[in-house]
This record gives sequence, C-alpha cells and structure tokens, in this order.
Amino acid sequence: MSKISTPHSRWHELKTQWEKKTLNPLVQKSQERRKQFTSISGHPIEVLYTPADLENFDYEKDLGFPGEPPYTRGIYPTMYRGKLWTIRQFSGFGTAEDTNQRFHYLLSQGQTGLSVAFDLPTLMGMDSDHPMSDGEVGKCGVAVDSLVDMETLFEGIDLEKTTTSMTINSPAAILWAMYLVNAEKKGFDLKKISGTLQNDILKEYIAQKEWIFPPRPSLRLITDIFQFATQQVPRWNTISISGYHIREAGSTALQELAFTLRDGIEYVEAAIQAGLNVDDFAPRLSFFFNAHNDFFEEIAKYRAARKVWYRVMKERFQAKEPRSWMLRFHAQTAGCSLTAQQPYNNIVRTTIQALAAVLGGTQSLHTNSMDETYALPTENAVAISLRTQQILASESEVGNTVDPLAGSYFLEKSTLEMEEGCWDYFEKIDAMGGMVSAIECCFPQKEIQEAAYQYQRAVERKEKIIVGVNDYLVEEEVPIETLYINQDVARKQVTRLRKLKDSRNNAEVKKSLTALRKAAASADNLMPHFIACVGNYATLGEICDELRSVFGTYVEPIF
Amino acid sequence: MPDKRIRVLLAKPGLDGHDRGAKIIARALRDAGMEVIYTGLRQTPEQIVNAAVQEDVDCIGLSILSGAHNVIIPRIMELLKQKQFDDVLVIAGGIIPDQDIPALQQIGVSEIFPPGTSTGAIIEYIKNHLKERNL
Repeated sequence: MSKISTPHSRWHELKTQWEKKTLNPLVQKSQERRKQFTSISGHPIEVLYTPADLENFDYEKDLGFPGEPPYTRGIYPTMYRGKLWTIRQFSGFGTAEDTNQRFHYLLSQGQTGLSVAFDLPTLMGMDSDHPMSDGEVGKCGVAVDSLVDMETLFEGIDLEKTTTSMTINSPAAILWAMYLVNAEKKGFDLKKISGTLQNDILKEYIAQKEWIFPPRPSLRLITDIFQFATQQVPRWNTISISGYHIREAGSTALQELAFTLRDGIEYVEAAIQAGLNVDDFAPRLSFFFNAHNDFFEEIAKYRAARKVWYRVMKERFQAKEPRSWMLRFHAQTAGCSLTAQQPYNNIVRTTIQALAAVLGGTQSLHTNSMDETYALPTENAVAISLRTQQILASESEVGNTVDPLAGSYFLEKSTLEMEEGCWDYFEKIDAMGGMVSAIECCFPQKEIQEAAYQYQRAVERKEKIIVGVNDYLVEEEVPIETLYINQDVARKQVTRLRKLKDSRNNAEVKKSLTALRKAAASADNLMPHFIACVGNYATLGEICDELRSVFGTYVEPIF
Repeated sequence: MPDKRIRVLLAKPGLDGHDRGAKIIARALRDAGMEVIYTGLRQTPEQIVNAAVQEDVDCIGLSILSGAHNVIIPRIMELLKQKQFDDVLVIAGGIIPDQDIPALQQIGVSEIFPPGTSTGAIIEYIKNHLKERNL
C-alpha cells in the first residue's frame, strides 16, 4: 500500500508523468483494443490503478484484520486454514426417493452439506395434484407434498452431522416445520441440528417471482421463523438473504449487492418491529451471492458486502454482538453465464467463478454443472462440478493465506466503489420508504430489467463476447447427455397423495387447519401451528390454502 | 400488408417465474416496431389461447424454463386448433433440451430458440415467416 511518507499529491504527479511520457505516446501509435474497457456490469475500468486512486484509504478503517471489524478481509481469523468452505451442491429432482439417492451419492463423494431444490408446485405451495402442477411435478426439484415426502427425502441421513440448506421461500415455514417434525421423529435434537432456510421473499418480488402472499403477511411469516428458531432451533440459519436471483435476472454486480443488503435491512427492521432483540436473531442471518464471470468485480463485491453489513448492523441497528456484525455467505456460480453452445466450456467458466468466490471468502459454495442450460444435471456432470471445488480446495493452494488479493490497488479501489454505490442505493430506497415500498413501485425490478437489456445489447453489438455464442462459433454441436424426468414422477406423487388422504386421521387434520386459520388472523406465532398441521400429515397445499384465505395472494404490478 | 404492424403475444405458461428472457424479447420486438402483448406470469394454456384469439395476434411466443414444455405446449397447440386459430405463428424459447424439439415442431411449433439466441435472429425469423404466410 501507499507509504505514509509519500504524499497523495505525489502519486498523482507520478501517474500523470507516466501517462505523458510512456502511456500516451504508445496509445497514439497503436490504439487499445477497445475505446472503453468496462466490467461485465458496464462499470468503467482504468488502464492502471496506483496509490493515486486510494486517496483516503486507511488500512485500519477500510480493511482491518480478518475476524475483526470491518471484516473486509474475512470473518474468521484463519479462514480456510482452519476450515475449508462447505461444498454444498444444490440438488433435487423427481420424487423424494430419487433425490434421497442423489444425496447419498453426493455425501459418498465427499460433499459436506446438503442443499434441497424443490419443484415449482412446492415452491408455489401447491400439491402435486393441483391443475397448475401438471407438467411441473419433480421437474425443477423434488416434489414435497407432505411429511411423508420429507421423511423419505432424509432417510438414512444423520441430521445432527449434516447441515441442510433448503431453497424455499413463500412456504418456507411449512417446509421447515416438516423438516423439524421429521428430525424429532427420528430422534435428533432440535438444539443440535443445523441448516439454512432461504426464506427470502423480498428477492422473489424483485427477481425470481415465486411468490404466494403479499409482502406484509410474508414478512410476518419470516419474523415468526426468526422468533421460533431463537428459542427452539438455535443453530439454524433462519434466512439466506439472496442476491443470486437478482443477478440471474440481469442485474449488475452493484445492484445485486445493494438490493440484497437493503433487503437485509428490511428484515432486521421487521424483526425489531415484531419485538425481537437484534442480537438475538442477527447472528443467524446469512447471505447468498452470485459468482459471475468478472473475477475482480466479484471479489470486490464480497469484500464490500462484509464491510457494508458491519456498518449497517453496528451503526443503523446498534447491534452489540460481534456475531451480529459478521456477514456470512454462500455463493453459487452464475447459471445465467452458462451457454448451451459448446457446453464443456461451462466447466471452465464455473472454475473461474468458483475461484472468485473462494478468494472473496465464501463460507459455502455451489458449482453449477455444464449441462444446466438443457436440464437438471446428470450425475456425471454433477461429479465434475464437485471435483472442481475439490481441486480448488486441495490442489490450487489458494486457501493457504487469508484474503490474498488485499492490497491490490485495483481490487481495493473496486471494493471502495462497490461500497459507495451501495450507500447511494440505500439512500434512494430509504427515501422511497424502504424496500417494500420500493418493490411496490417497481424500482428494483425496473433497474434490473434495464441492466439486463443493456447487457443483451452489448452482447449483440459484440461489445461483450460470449465464447461459442457471439464469437468462436462451431458449425456442428456435439450433443451431450441430459437428465430426463418423465411423467411417472407426477403419477407416483399423485397416487401417494391420494393414499395419504385416505389413511390419515382427517378429523385431526381439519382441527389443526382450522386452528391455523384462526391463528393466521391473529398475531400469534404460526410455527407451532405449522408443526401441528404437518404432524397430522396435512399437505402443503392444504396449509397454504388456509393462509391464502386469510392473507390473500400477491399480484405483480404492471411495469 | 406493408402497413400493418405485427402483433405478438408473449406468454409465460406454467409456474416458473424466470421472466428475464421474455422481458428482453418483449422490449426488442417493440423496438423493432412490433406490437407486443405480454401476458405476465403463470398463465394457463386456456388464458394464453384466449388472449391470442382476443388480441388477434400474428405470432405467439412462449417462454418456458421449468421443464413442463412437453405437457403445456401440446395443450396450447390443441386449444389453438379447437378455436381454429392454428394459423398463428408459434415460437418458443427457454430451457428446452434438443431431444424434445422434433416432437414440438411436429405439433406445429414453428421454431424453438435455445439460450444464446440473439434478439435480432428472432425478429428476422418472425418477419420472414409472417411474410411467407401472407403471400
């Protein structure tokens, strides 16, 4: 870093001299490859970064030491020297039996945590026999209609030893209730089990768009989960505040960061308003970011995320516990960066993205498979993406020291710019009255849509190159093997549902559903009611219907 | 019909909410001078076909990423036939594996555009095919 003995003005002088003497004569003779260089997000990038770009940079204030505020360099003092990141491949397809088999396979291959993908009817709180479920059952993930499916899904898995992440949002509380009831039935201690619920409804309205209820009752379900977990399941990560989907919808890296952290602020505010003490729930908040192609931009994003969140928690919410200040995150490589053309190249893209996440200090990582622009991945493709992480972890030696890129003038400048851009967005969204209000007037949605369109135009003008798509094309593509899920899954699932409805105690089901509906209309915590309902084998669709009748459903504003 | 603007219905059938592609296409087609009616998310085949008939569109673009295309698209094609609206140009895009494409084309889907297709290619395709049909 800049030596204290060299005044800042001197660095400017030196840089200007270099430009005049060495750079400009060359550029005049032979032009650079492009008129302007930009990040994948369209952010301008200079030819060179020097101490001149870091005028007020202060090691102590801007970086600090790992495990200490502002956590720019990482939240743990030893990072990967102590414990490697968790290799957590997201998977789920077909029936609970199919996915259970895949889980056992992944664990046998050295995966260290589970991550469940649910199918669309489950994400939408519909049973497999709902008319809208036709064609969708088991396609994008595993179908879970009731506790029966959850029991099968985790058959033979030690839930005290394996942590489970569940990608579920609108009906998160209900799926979590199924997980907890199953864990207890199998003799596991709720105080010892751990995992993560995605449970982030705001980014659904913003980007992924799998919603059921309007924002305000949805926020109540989330704070009910926070409260219940604090008391009953203390090791559970109650929410994974997600930028992943925002980025996949076409946002820039900065928008991903800013909207995600602003969503985080909204959840903290909601929980405080619901009467919770910030230091009771904040240590269980976790984040989820995309790992895209622009290597340095991504690393800057993760480092800025930790720094901004620290200040948010400390200054805006006056959290006292250091654990409330630390931003822990999961990363997933960018699905939207994968190409259908020359799909083997996706292995390379994924490797670069995964390396960025690791150098950015992620706590866990999912690497995408090369075939995912066609379908859910085959076992073979998943094995390669798993091995990608294992090669990074075991062979590349990048985890030997903490935050190895710190001190790069470019990276530190990018980290500062990310941070500044983030505060600017916070100011705008605060002025709109918060994130729910901003969503209601479609502010983040429009920002993302504009960024997505601009990127597409840049690709079509060849200002941004995608290998195999707008350059380096091949005439004949070699087809690859893809996973095929047939309609048998839906038939099996519907049969199982009918059998369940015939064999369970329907009077008890009805009683618990009625009690739930009453509680939903009151301010009571709904978790105990969900637990009662799922324990009686009420289905996800039945439970969500009760909630729909009280909360109504969300209608997206037109924009 | 040189003066008539091409009318396109863009639809997101099924349960998936991934509308990045559909929205980019909507804007690109509008920029190319077409009239675009976007249905919004989670439309049933019945809703889509009714909208197409009501709006009397020249082209229906279906965006589907959930894997439900083999169930949902045949139903849409069947309903179009029932309503005698099957001379409309139907195109689709999203996550559709190669092996499913021939069957979809056989039931009348004119073209399936894979990920990575440029908006320019889709615009050209619509213009050329509607021209041929109107000859």
